[in-house]
Amino acid sequence: MRKVIALGGAALMTALSITSVRAAEAPAKIQKDCAVCHQMSGPASPDLAARQTRKGPPLFFTGNKFRRDWLEAWLQKPTRIRPAGDFAPDHAAKGPEGDAVDAASLSGHPAVDAPAAKQIADYLMTLTPNTALLAKEDYTPGRVSARIGAMDFVKFKGCSGCHKDTPKYGGFSGPELHTAWQRLQPPFIVSYIRDPAAWEPRTLMPNKHLNTAGIHKLANYLRTIGEKPEKAK
Amino acid sequence: MNKLFILAVFLCGSILYPRPAPAADAVHGKTLYRVYCTQCHGLSGDGKGINAPQLSVQPRNHRDRAEMSARTDDDLFKAIKEGGQAVNKSILMPNWDGNMTDAEIHDVVAYLRALCCAGAK
Ligand code: HEC
Ligand code: HEC
Ligand code: HEC
Repeated sequence: MRKVIALGGAALMTALSITSVRAAEAPAKIQKDCAVCHQMSGPASPDLAARQTRKGPPLFFTGNKFRRDWLEAWLQKPTRIRPAGDFAPDHAAKGPEGDAVDAASLSGHPAVDAPAAKQIADYLMTLTPNTALLAKEDYTPGRVSARIGAMDFVKFKGCSGCHKDTPKYGGFSGPELHTAWQRLQPPFIVSYIRDPAAWEPRTLMPNKHLNTAGIHKLANYLRTIGEKPEKAK
Repeated sequence: MNKLFILAVFLCGSILYPRPAPAADAVHGKTLYRVYCTQCHGLSGDGKGINAPQLSVQPRNHRDRAEMSARTDDDLFKAIKEGGQAVNKSILMPNWDGNMTDAEIHDVVAYLRALCCAGAK
């Protein structure tokens, strides 16, 4: 339980599975455990090499990005978000029909228990360096039909080239978006679509220079497909 | 640096023109191509990236010498910077102006020339 000698992967998993620590020690411990794979303090690097070698997405703006309830639940039962991992070229392999995701190259995410998840979520939600970016957005969630929204997402905006809007349909290189509404704060969705590089200079996502109405339409579509019916009002 | 310049000039086929400044760097272009382009155009540039089966228009095979030779460097630069629509092609080919500087896009064009027509791997 108290063995915190983090040597190698197995020891790391042990370290992460430890339950919550005393409150005063939590930030330092979380910074240390998670920094093995995640950038834990800003700013985001404009360096191309850093984007290729990082082991996971940045967490230093967690408080500006995620919904807290999603975060706390996911940390206990992590599921894959990016079908081809955090950097697709490293998880693609040539096959007879062309390239395909090399599932064997992907590993599961370390899980933590409930008290630790609460402590981690409490701390990560305090990381909010990009509040000014969100403040630029004025978005009131609205409605778009699933059919119109899908046509826009797939045909007119080309988002499905890299993102899934259903578990079956869409590209592999970007984070799945049928779950985006449960995972992400709505102003983050809008801000990221408007200017991905403002969040991560070396993002793999293009900036389509969409106008505000077009961005809101896409965000509304993510709401239509992502909102859990029982939570809808 | 000098060696790279000679290589780049050779690859660009711009021998007829006065020295462009700064010269495009096909080696750096290859790295950029891996990061941004292989997801659709494939690890080897054959147009069969992991996303390709999900695209209603297939990505260009950048190893296709005939197709690629039919386009000038300026055509390629414009397609990459402004996206497929800017050259009357599919919107599924994104615009990359928000991800790369002009100099970096020139590096990618230099790499495409190497890939299609100079036998680069
Ligand atoms: C061994 C490397 C590794 C370690 C250690 C690790 N993570 Fe991760 N993490 C990843 C990878 C890779 C992903 C991307 C998973 C995906 O998209 O499917 C990820 C994704 C996440 C996400 C979702 C981020 C996003 O932008 O979608 C959160 C939140 C997260 N990790 C939290 C943590 C926390 C908190 C810790 C420390 C307790 C931690 N991780 C430790 C590799 C790691
Ligand atoms: C060329 C591939 C590509 C295209 C096209 C693309 N994206 Fe992305 N998108 C990505 C990648 C990759 C990321 C994650 C950033 C990274 O890993 O560099 C991302 C991130 C996002 C995020 C943040 C999700 C998260 O969990 O972090 C949203 C929202 C998003 N994209 C929406 C869209 C929408 C809407 C469109 C259509 C206008 C679109 N994307 C087009 C590749 C793409
Ligand atoms: C989301 C998938 C996707 C990504 C990522 C992508 N492309 Fe494309 N690209 C396409 C598709 C689809 C076409 C075919 C368009 C058509 O024929 O209408 C294409 C066509 C092209 C063409 C040919 C244009 C012409 O004149 O026929 C070039 C050049 C090109 N892409 C370069 C690149 C480069 C360089 C990158 C990386 C910076 C890149 N592409 C990234 C999907 C993509």
